[in-house]
Amino acid sequence: MGVVKIARRTFLIGTVAVAGGVAFGYYQYRRPLPNPLLDSLGTGEAAITPYVKIDANGVTLITPRADKGQGAYSIQAYLLAEELDVDPLNVNLSVGVPSKAYYNSRVMDEAFPFAATDDSAVANTVRGAGDVVTRMMGMQMTGGSSTVPDGYEKLRHAGAVARETLKEAAAVKTGVRRSQLTTEDAHVILPDGTRLSYTELAPIAAQTEPVTDVVLREPGQWRYLGKEIQRTDIVGKSTGREKYGIDVSMDNMLFATVRANPGFGGDMRGYDASAAEAMRGVKKIVPVTSGVGVVADNTWRAFRAAEAIEIDWGPGPYPATSAEMWDVLDAHIDEAYQDHRNKNVGDVETPLARGQEAVEAEYRLPYLAHAPLEPMNATVLLEDDRIDIWTGTQIPRFIENHVATLTGLAHDNIHIHVQPMGGSFGHRLEDTYVLQAVEIAKAMKGTPIKMTWSREEDMTHDYPRPMALAKARGKVKPGAVEACDLDIVCQSIATSWFGRLKAAPPGPDQTISTGAWDQPYDIPNYRVTGYRAPEMVPVSSWRSVAASGNGFIHEGFLDELIHAAGADPLEERIRLCNHNVSRKVLEAVGDMCSWSGFSLGENRGRGVAFVISFGVPVAEVVDVTDTPEGIRIDRVYVACDVGRVLDPINLEAQVTGGVIFGLGHAMNCELTYEDYAPQQTNYHAYEAMRLYQAPEIEVRALENLDQIRGIGEPGVPPAAPALANAIFAATGKRIRELPLNKQIQFV
Amino acid sequence: MQLTVNGQNYNVDVEDDMPLLWVLRDELGITGPKYGCGIAMCGACTVHIDGQAMRSCSVPAGQVDGSEVTTIEGLGSPEALHAVQAAWIEEQVAQCGYCQSGQIMAAAAFLSINPEPTDSDIDQAMSANLCRCGTYPRIRAAVKNAAAKLQGV
Ligand code: FES
Ligand code: FES
Repeated sequence: MGVVKIARRTFLIGTVAVAGGVAFGYYQYRRPLPNPLLDSLGTGEAAITPYVKIDANGVTLITPRADKGQGAYSIQAYLLAEELDVDPLNVNLSVGVPSKAYYNSRVMDEAFPFAATDDSAVANTVRGAGDVVTRMMGMQMTGGSSTVPDGYEKLRHAGAVARETLKEAAAVKTGVRRSQLTTEDAHVILPDGTRLSYTELAPIAAQTEPVTDVVLREPGQWRYLGKEIQRTDIVGKSTGREKYGIDVSMDNMLFATVRANPGFGGDMRGYDASAAEAMRGVKKIVPVTSGVGVVADNTWRAFRAAEAIEIDWGPGPYPATSAEMWDVLDAHIDEAYQDHRNKNVGDVETPLARGQEAVEAEYRLPYLAHAPLEPMNATVLLEDDRIDIWTGTQIPRFIENHVATLTGLAHDNIHIHVQPMGGSFGHRLEDTYVLQAVEIAKAMKGTPIKMTWSREEDMTHDYPRPMALAKARGKVKPGAVEACDLDIVCQSIATSWFGRLKAAPPGPDQTISTGAWDQPYDIPNYRVTGYRAPEMVPVSSWRSVAASGNGFIHEGFLDELIHAAGADPLEERIRLCNHNVSRKVLEAVGDMCSWSGFSLGENRGRGVAFVISFGVPVAEVVDVTDTPEGIRIDRVYVACDVGRVLDPINLEAQVTGGVIFGLGHAMNCELTYEDYAPQQTNYHAYEAMRLYQAPEIEVRALENLDQIRGIGEPGVPPAAPALANAIFAATGKRIRELPLNKQIQFV
Repeated sequence: MQLTVNGQNYNVDVEDDMPLLWVLRDELGITGPKYGCGIAMCGACTVHIDGQAMRSCSVPAGQVDGSEVTTIEGLGSPEALHAVQAAWIEEQVAQCGYCQSGQIMAAAAFLSINPEPTDSDIDQAMSANLCRCGTYPRIRAAVKNAAAKLQGV
């Protein structure tokens, strides 16, 4: 076995002999990882790195990071293809089999107490430690806008190693030196123009020492990346052919659903299913954790039968009403519950004590559901010695662990087939629905069951974004912000989420104040403190995680201070900004909307907000009109910086989608609780934005950052505060509580 | 009951009140129409019934006995795209894509009765379909693109 160290981030690449061939793979540290491709290799097949496989069926690109709509499959394929010289629209694509070999080294970047703008040696050392942690946990996980930062080098490298090794194989076959060969469209080209297909070279490549000292192409040589490319899944998704988890079908399959305690996590004390059992098509009623599962011969029949079951619910493990939950937050915004204070510059108390003129405000954010359009579902077939699971998920490896515990099966016998997702926004970082389906499958051995949540079940078991309360104080002098002190309290996403993964991290959870403490401003006296409320409703990451809520608090209050100082909202942000790349983003958005010297006219208002999240600085300007029927959102300008734009069309899609997600939820979405259950159970009460409300959105992406970043989430956080700031500019009304439609109408 | 879906005849034995969506998906295995809300709020399940765009989650099977149903699969195929699908591909509308079967079916029916829509016609006609990924600006562009295609422009 040959092992060669490549690249900066200690990737190890090596070869393993297998029957009739060889496989190439990335390894971690001293211990080679199991390579999932080896299991399925047939004689004469060669697998080159876990990301490329070549056999009689042609070239297969393996794109392990899951696709929930953000274009992950597509960009992973293009990263591989750019170096391998194949056309992603003309080769096989596979999501592969979950494996530790597909660890995501970047997903934990934001879990450490350094701002993304902090490039100090200590910050990078600790982030390196995060890399170790994630590798060791075998985190094949999609999240944290990390697919591109994680794969940018790794995938191009895999493609290049495969290409050079295929050229070497051609050299062996023909006697022509490798340096005289070129590649094009899945062929090695000899100097005389002869074309040898990768497929015919694969068996020879399997016998060839891998070529690992490859040099990646310069961006100027790129054929796909940075250009207008077609998403690999666009045809399937435009013709109804794309198959999502909910579309899985197999012989003898039955359909199932679950009703679990709407007091999320509360007990199911007992039930009477006699009426349900008598209904047409009902095959079985199965108690599951916290609820009851129904198996029928049609999903609708299962839904109807589930509704017909009389269930005695225990109380939820948290306060019964939103009012009581607010009381809990109020009681914990107190020194005794301080979790961390990551920002403490100057001395906020001295200016605040001086004179009468402190600016004070209170901000409130509700629980928010992810509510992706495809409800949670999983198809499970349990047999004597193996289980197969088809589901859309961001965390296949965690599911494997949980299923091992639940079934007693060895990991080798648990097979997870990750499906394309009809959205997630973070919901599919959870696996409750999968485990329920497994519980049902245990009662249905040998029969595949497809378990689908009704929309109502989905909304009531969403693991929402936590509600939060902030108290803000600040001080200004004429023309300048002098002091800003933010106290933020909410429950810990990390405690809740890692708790469910049975891996609770010790210590503070900085996500309580992320999006506020880590912003690149030099306010002379500046303090941000996070307070920890006890666990209430189980919570999880919601597209852009903490930055969406805390960005609203921070950018709303900063806007208040700037107005109190009589300064210009954009100019003062630029003056305070201490991060060059971020400053350019602010300047760019000002340029796009002609900020200075431009008057919108009567009843109109313009607001700006800036948030850096996942290392991506984003500035947004929102223009609104105060019409007699309510606020109309006219236009949004967005400037961002991702270091390098790989897919301009998808970048624009992700940013505009993020803006609409941020605006829509700010306009009219919340989960409120009564008798432990959320009151919003379907889209009639949780609408977000509709097409007629969507503004024109203009996006400009800069490339000044010194490293590449992902854009699935960072467009979200500035949208809500920019909207609230615009409403203030148009109406003089400062709204500090979401959703905004509690206090103002939208048209 | 008798059902014609995408030109094929089917005989199904279901309750009269089973929504058409679940007849298509679970009885006939036609999965292009999606389940999103079940209460006519999202449009993911949109199909054409005798040429009209309808929310199949809220149409009881008993009402379509004898009708012609067209789903996204019957509108066009990757090899033979309908103009609306071609426009959706050109504009690269889809993100997760889960709403797009419904969006495309709504747009196709709308353009067949209003071949030269104004911006506000498009806003009105397409606002009944939710997209959680926020693809609305590209849906607008794709509807205009499709209108031009259908006009042979
Ligand atoms: S599923 Fe029919 S409108 Fe939502
Ligand atoms: S593309 Fe995802 S819901 Fe519309």
